[in-house]
Amino acid sequence: MRGVRHYPGFLALTLVCLTVLYAPLLVVTAYSFNGSTSITQWGGFSWRWYADVFTGPESARFGLAARNSLTIAVLAATAATLIATAASLAMVRGGRFRGRTASFALINLPLMVPEIVTAVASLIFFTMVGLRTGYGTILIAHITFCIPFAYLPISARLEGIEPFFEEAARDLYASRFRAFTQVLLPLMAPGVISGWLLAFIISLDDFIITNFVKGAGMETLPTAIFGSVKQGIKPNIMAISTLMLAASAAVVTLSWLINRRGQRSP
Amino acid sequence: MAAAIEIIEVVKRFGATTALESLTLSIADNEFFTLLGPSGCGKTTVLRMIAGFEPVSAGEIRLFGQNIAALPPDRRPVNTVFQHYALFPHMSVIDNVAFGLKMKGVDLAARRARAGKMLEMVHLSAFAERLPAQLSGGQQQRVALARALAPEPRVLLLDEPLSALDLKLRQAMRIELKQLQQDTGITFIFVTHDQEEALTMSDRIAVMSAGRLQQVGTARDIYETPLNRFVADFIGETNLLPVDVEAISQDASRVRLPGGGALTVPGTATPGRHTLSIRPERLVPDPAGPLKARLERVVYLGTDLHLMTRLQDGSGLVVRMQNSARSALPAAGEVLSIAIEEGAARLLAD
Repeated sequence: MRGVRHYPGFLALTLVCLTVLYAPLLVVTAYSFNGSTSITQWGGFSWRWYADVFTGPESARFGLAARNSLTIAVLAATAATLIATAASLAMVRGGRFRGRTASFALINLPLMVPEIVTAVASLIFFTMVGLRTGYGTILIAHITFCIPFAYLPISARLEGIEPFFEEAARDLYASRFRAFTQVLLPLMAPGVISGWLLAFIISLDDFIITNFVKGAGMETLPTAIFGSVKQGIKPNIMAISTLMLAASAAVVTLSWLINRRGQRSP
Repeated sequence: MAAAIEIIEVVKRFGATTALESLTLSIADNEFFTLLGPSGCGKTTVLRMIAGFEPVSAGEIRLFGQNIAALPPDRRPVNTVFQHYALFPHMSVIDNVAFGLKMKGVDLAARRARAGKMLEMVHLSAFAERLPAQLSGGQQQRVALARALAPEPRVLLLDEPLSALDLKLRQAMRIELKQLQQDTGITFIFVTHDQEEALTMSDRIAVMSAGRLQQVGTARDIYETPLNRFVADFIGETNLLPVDVEAISQDASRVRLPGGGALTVPGTATPGRHTLSIRPERLVPDPAGPLKARLERVVYLGTDLHLMTRLQDGSGLVVRMQNSARSALPAAGEVLSIAIEEGAARLLAD
């Protein structure tokens, strides 16, 4: 059989795709090291915009936004991972129960509903129940849409664990709880960790929903960047974007490595 | 003294299907007891119900007189060697072996000492700190055995533990398992579909098929005096001949063989059509024999020869002969007279 490489136009199509996907990222990364104040004129290599991010006139605003983003991401990822782990146990180990299919759809719904719809619906909901928009509402919204992202790697991992490990633990005098903590949880750990990291990144990156439910005066890094860009793109934005790109890439790589290590020794 | 395990009218249903129909069985203390049958016969279900992984649908399971049917697996003094060993992959070999003792609350020093002794018993002391994945299949098997024996269970359950090993290792492990059972004095309940395994190790064997117990007895009982067609056919090789029961005396029946010869066999039956089971090695070519059969083929098996013959009524008959240089081989197409050894023919119940 002919490999995919031999189809006519394969190379050209590949190059077009790669260019469309990554050229903007390359431009942003390259220009974050630009020495000039222009965003189009190259003025030599420099770290000045990185320095500007941490010490410049907007540094206080970005610092606060970054802290909000990080704490929300950690809390949302942790809560979503706990819920997703419990959901995985019920779905994968709970046998057949009524509403199982419905539960599965419900868990994964945030993946299918357009984000703008979730954003508007969340805002209307928070207003209706009388919650003041702010840090709390962002956190609740983030936990909600992070659950399916945490659920996928955790349930995939759990499905790969044969039930006889828990049976062996129970057979050797472990209670249900200890069979879970001593045997099942350590075996699930790679899935749980990569689920947490994925949820963390999704929360860190989110703009649309956050922008709707954040309320006045509250900023996360993406909304702060957006606010700043509205007044014209300055090179410091490119430096922040590059830092976020690096952080995301690092977390995703870590998640992938942990999952791969877990697969090698089930 | 109470039996180690008594299974009393136990039924197991999965939804609408009945996996096990009213099973009653008693297993003595210190016995090597085997549940033998083809896959899907319910033997593993029996084991899982004794271990506590499956609830019984009806009936009682008694362990030394105490009904354990309602107890969860961690409250039954019974341990299992799983088919795929189920060693905990994230724990070292010694931690695996000590796991049961740890869950029972034995302190660290005592459980490490006991686990070390168990590893010594299965000749794996040098591997104590390794992870299970670093061991061969045979070594993992022995760790699983040590782990299940470490908490000193009253009964050890073994679910086809040898099926994943290669032939040589399997044969060596049979002897080791039997020795271990005798040394520890623990009741072993062994599940297998391999009749050779069952025959070589067991004190008694329960043959199962389609959720029913077919026969219980020693290896010799079930091989020499199978009760029914399934047992005769499943254990070893046999010839099943259609016969007519013509006359019945006190404890024997006179049967008409295919081709006209007559024979008296032990056991009684209602007059009419029945099945006679005769093992191939209990048939001998003999000019005075009552069976006349045409030789179709000779199959060479090394130590033995199989003579594949056909009786006049069309039914096949296999005769097993020792491969000896002295005996001249009959040629294909020749009609042989075949004798049945004294007491070798069994009249089957169905």
